Amino acid sequence: MRQKQEKLITTFHTTADALACEKVCKEKQIEGRIIPVPRQLSSGCGLAWACEPSNEATFSEFLKNNKVEYDAMQVILF
Amino acid sequence: MGEFKRVYLDNAATTMKKPPCVTEAVVAALESFGNSGRDTGSSAMDASRVIYEARCLMARLFHMDNPKQIVFTSNSTEAINLALRGLLKTGDHVISSMMEHNAVLRPIYDLEEEGITHTFIGLDEKGRLLYDEIEKNICDNTRALVFTHASNVTGNANDLYRLGEIAKKHGLLFIVDASQTAGVLPIDMEGMHIDVLAFTGHKGLYGPQGTGGMAVREGLLIKPVKSGGTGVLSYLHHQPDEMPTHLECGTMNGHGLAGLRASVSWLLDEIGVEAVHSHEIKLAKRFYDGIRDIPCLHFYGDYDTDERAAIVSLNIADYDSSEVSDELEASYGISTRPGAHCAPLLHEAMGTVEQGAVRFAFSWFNTEEETDYAIRALRELAEGE
Repeated sequence: MRQKQEKLITTFHTTADALACEKVCKEKQIEGRIIPVPRQLSSGCGLAWACEPSNEATFSEFLKNNKVEYDAMQVILF
Repeated sequence: MGEFKRVYLDNAATTMKKPPCVTEAVVAALESFGNSGRDTGSSAMDASRVIYEARCLMARLFHMDNPKQIVFTSNSTEAINLALRGLLKTGDHVISSMMEHNAVLRPIYDLEEEGITHTFIGLDEKGRLLYDEIEKNICDNTRALVFTHASNVTGNANDLYRLGEIAKKHGLLFIVDASQTAGVLPIDMEGMHIDVLAFTGHKGLYGPQGTGGMAVREGLLIKPVKSGGTGVLSYLHHQPDEMPTHLECGTMNGHGLAGLRASVSWLLDEIGVEAVHSHEIKLAKRFYDGIRDIPCLHFYGDYDTDERAAIVSLNIADYDSSEVSDELEASYGISTRPGAHCAPLLHEAMGTVEQGAVRFAFSWFNTEEETDYAIRALRELAEGE
């Protein structure tokens, strides 16, 4: 199995929010990708956004400025 | 007439001819899509992305900021049902009209059993809505105005700005059936004060059948009629509150929505809604002007304006509309729709319950040549009557 790395994981209430996140990140050339929600963040299911962990406050501000709603943000090993 | 063509003029039922990009998109989706929102594999993500893009395009078409307020259903009938059954409560009163399709009328009749009453506003001799009657019928318990944007029989369009102002003035919900107009006439959710707009994908949007949905004003919570799998919050006992998931469950029609995404993109970025309407209405007027002098024809609708759907409905003398439509198909290859058009109150108002009406409806893909062919066919049929 692969070695875990620290990632900033953003979770969403809906699939549409996750897709909105992916769309604005692509437009602004912000690196990251959609992943399945890790179980330590939610026992449900759904899509999450994973990116490098160094920019939590900036990324949160970025999503708000682009009207992307999200549920939570957390740095975890994934 | 000595010639036989295939001319499809039943576009108010469904636009048979679609832009090639729609077929390509559906085929590509059939060959590649996983299940949207159910996992992050590339196939599922392809489906998720295309459906999200379809939401963004629909929001753009209706001048909305938030694509999450677009809910996809199988057609506008389902959307209207979800809206009426999810918003109205026992003791409420709704105001609608005699122009409506059964997509609106039947849910309203069904809701009588739950103690929801209604008033249907009448029409004038050309089938136009009697706007002045609306405010006279608003009661203390009136909760919503439910109106079609344009009649599927006469093509007459209602002034949504005027209706929206009435709804706003009296604090009423404004629910619009845009089955005949989405993609054809301009619709501005905010400017028209629309709370719920129901649309279908396979008519003026040139998408596949089985696609449609509703645009919902931000902040309006509609009680879900359906609940089920959403791909998110699996352990929650009930449908999540967040839109659009609140009103969507089960596997989406990803293949169909891929076609709708392609068609609306074509409509907005290649052709333009105004150009489509301009072309269609030009053909409808050409047709009407080519036959209006025939004495035995009876027309239904207001043909003095261009702010209407590209529909011309008529009868030849007292002939059964089914017989006329069948003759047009059998002898000339022209597809039209006869009968009652699922709009019983309008036929009552027009006095055509027994006879029905023959409906000619034009699309972007019809031509002047086809229109002239239909004119000649109708002239021949009406000759000597």
